[in-house]
Amino acid sequence: MTDTAVESRREARSAGPAPPLRPQNRQFAVLAVLVLLAIPLPLILPSAQGAVAVRILIFLIMAVGWNIMSGFGGMFSFGHAAYFGLGAYTSAYLLVEHGVSPWVGMAAGMVVAAAVAMVIGYFSFRYDLKGAYFALATFAFAEMLRLVTTSSDAVNGAVGYQVPLIQGSSVWQMQFPAGSPAYFWIALVLAGGAVALSILFRHSPAGRYVVAIRDDELAAASVGAPVMRHKLLTVALSGAITAVAGAFYTQYYLFIDPQLAFGSSVSIEAIVTAVIGGIGTIWGPVVGAVIVGSLADVTATLLATPPEFLSFLQGRSGLDVILYAVMLILIVRLMPKGIFGTLADKFSERRRR
Amino acid sequence: MSLLELSGVDKKFRGLHALSDVEMSVSEGEIVGVIGPNGAGKTTLFNVICGALKPDSGSVRFAGTDVTGRKPETIARRGMVRTFQLMRPFASMTVAENVSLAAQHHTRGAERLRDRAMEVVERVGLEEWAHRPATELPTAGLKRLELARALAARPRVLLLDEVLAGLLPAEREPVLDLLAELREQDGTTLVFIEHIMAAVMRLSDRVLVLDQGAVLATGTPDEVTADPRVIDAYLGEEPTPHADA
Amino acid sequence: MTATIDTDAPETRAPSATLAVLKRAGVVGALVAAAIAVALIQSGSGIVVWQSVVTGLLTGGLYGLIAMGLTLIFGVLDIVNFAHGALLAVAMFLSFGVVQATGLHPYLTMLVTVPALFLVGVLVHRGLLSGSGGATLENQLLITLGLSLLLENGLLLFFGAEPKNVGLPGETHLDVFGAVVAGSRLYAFAGAVALGLVLYWMLQHTRLGTAIRAVASNGPGAELVGINVRRIHTLTFAIGAACAGAAAALAVPLLSVTPTLGEQFNITAFVVVVLGGMGNVVGALVGGLLIGLVEQLTTIYLDGQSSLLGVFVVFVLVLFLRPQGLFGRRT
Repeated sequence: MTDTAVESRREARSAGPAPPLRPQNRQFAVLAVLVLLAIPLPLILPSAQGAVAVRILIFLIMAVGWNIMSGFGGMFSFGHAAYFGLGAYTSAYLLVEHGVSPWVGMAAGMVVAAAVAMVIGYFSFRYDLKGAYFALATFAFAEMLRLVTTSSDAVNGAVGYQVPLIQGSSVWQMQFPAGSPAYFWIALVLAGGAVALSILFRHSPAGRYVVAIRDDELAAASVGAPVMRHKLLTVALSGAITAVAGAFYTQYYLFIDPQLAFGSSVSIEAIVTAVIGGIGTIWGPVVGAVIVGSLADVTATLLATPPEFLSFLQGRSGLDVILYAVMLILIVRLMPKGIFGTLADKFSERRRR
Repeated sequence: MSLLELSGVDKKFRGLHALSDVEMSVSEGEIVGVIGPNGAGKTTLFNVICGALKPDSGSVRFAGTDVTGRKPETIARRGMVRTFQLMRPFASMTVAENVSLAAQHHTRGAERLRDRAMEVVERVGLEEWAHRPATELPTAGLKRLELARALAARPRVLLLDEVLAGLLPAEREPVLDLLAELREQDGTTLVFIEHIMAAVMRLSDRVLVLDQGAVLATGTPDEVTADPRVIDAYLGEEPTPHADA
Repeated sequence: MTATIDTDAPETRAPSATLAVLKRAGVVGALVAAAIAVALIQSGSGIVVWQSVVTGLLTGGLYGLIAMGLTLIFGVLDIVNFAHGALLAVAMFLSFGVVQATGLHPYLTMLVTVPALFLVGVLVHRGLLSGSGGATLENQLLITLGLSLLLENGLLLFFGAEPKNVGLPGETHLDVFGAVVAGSRLYAFAGAVALGLVLYWMLQHTRLGTAIRAVASNGPGAELVGINVRRIHTLTFAIGAACAGAAAALAVPLLSVTPTLGEQFNITAFVVVVLGGMGNVVGALVGGLLIGLVEQLTTIYLDGQSSLLGVFVVFVLVLFLRPQGLFGRRT
């Protein structure tokens, strides 16, 4: 090491700026700006892109939910479809069978998903399932829910639910004419709320305990962090947020079935979105959702009218998943902190020098 | 009355007797050194006291209540806090965040928490590192972080697992001074595992010698070092590598 | 999985390990007998249950073979290979393609699928999984997940979703004490068991097998005695993938070949691996047979439910109660 390097390092150490006392304030401000900027989008975008924007917001909510449990909490879930599906099915069931407003259904779905997450979590932690075993267990529970709903007549089996159409539009019924900007605005409020909740949680005493428990469980317990309670809180919050995505999905697409609700591709979408953006960061899910959410649209356009050299692929499907699979592999290999995490590191390093 | 009391504590690992029938009693304000050859069961003893391991039989009483087999966090919140021999910082946090995490079960509010944490960080002399990632600390710094984190949790009894190991002789002095000061100013009771005999002799009111999981002897430092059984246990052992590590 | 508590006491081995395994085998046998007895009462027909048992065991052999590759990879490299099912699907398409192009007997396509999958295994390990980027468990999960998405959707993109079938030339149906069994199913079972035994023999009695076992039980130690650990890792991953290649050729006459067929086998294979004890090759074969049985008995117990449901119930129970598997030692 050269003298100047030593010099600059020592300088950096003693002059190390104290971080802001409440970093969440800045994050809330950024969130507010992002939400404000997004409000006019559905009025500007053509309607096809408007649908993409809504899908991005759905992915965003799912990724925020997954990130709380698996990013902050370090409990790697392979089965978030369980909570997405419970949100979707609870709200669809209440609406179709009992005429309950989707808003109430959404809240009910959050409660159900949180409760199921705590039950699964309790047994997993009680029996000390870690790493791959925990991932496989969460996967198994999601698949069991898919199989059970597929063969249960009480929830229409494999057929699923159609959301009954109403005349005109109604906020209370969360239903508007196709292509209405209202869908986007509702999704924006829900997604903004999810991100706000994750900011709030991350900087709360509970959230700090959760991160400490992720880093080193015994060391955290040894300075008084209640381990089981905080793990359960984390999975409950994560499940509840993911359920919101499921309930909104059902209202937006007006249809849900066991595969759409509980299929493993739902879990995978949540994971891939968060990982590409940056696991364990506040903004990673946002970045990831924009990328993953718009990929399907880009590739669909590409394959509908492919350039010469891709003409043999016309009308085929699967390209979007291939692209995000490649992106997933590259990101994990080359920048394991994800796009946002890596950029944030670069930035803070430069500032410290 | 004793603050910490172990009676008949037994712990086996697959047939190996890690602790057998350990009796131990520590009074408020006392400083007790725990010594013994490698593999004598010293860290296992701490794990049992702090709830990381459940004893097979026997009891641990702290401040008049039975805490045997209670969760580590419960025991820590009651005021019995330990450090780890192999340092275990929270890798994603800065030094100050590591410390403030330990204080948050008794301190509310961002400002007060920060002030409390910085107080402790300064007390162990890590202020230059306060806002750096904990993983960037050198060994000596990590040892001090272990101590700082435990202090921030406001211990009545502090259990230290080789806080001096890996430190240069010059680095040990301030730590030893701090430990003495803890008892004088804060009234903290200390139980410490240590291989460096000079430190044990200087600091301890009483010494407990463990050998193959059993208590070989207890007494003042002078009594213990004169005890032929203790000398026997240490004879044939290589001079401890920790002494000059 | 590493212990979270640092003790200063050394670990010791349990002495009567063989006895414990025998005892557990007895318990498992008793459970299976009880399950079959309940199925008999439930259905009231001996022949139905017998047919289920035979079908279950025969299918289970195939599960065992697929799971063997997976468990080998886990045991030696500590990698949970989510792409195993997708590798199986690739091999199936390969086998199908060879039969279409050359008219070769489906079983003989093994001559192509096994070396091809071995090579794929080498490439995947060297290209994606070895080195620092593949270090943590989460990263490995994510990389193999990405790989499985890539392979499955690659097949979908190029070959479309419509199922493809390969018939077994001279397919017959045999009568096994009253149960009707397709010849292809029986041959697949026999092939799976034979290959399982070959793999087991290879691990126990060859230099390569010894090296693999050495690396599995103590990587740094193996390095010290001059074993090239990275090379063994690559070879092991390749052998694991080759198992999927072999299974594909055996199974191709039994199944409809689709890009996503790997998914369902992936799930089942994981259950089998956990049941048999992660890393235990013989356990995988036994676990495969058990899961084959569970599937068939589920359809008797729970009319109208998917056979997979029973598999998952068993899975969750095993994960919670015996995460080290039926034949593994608790660590």
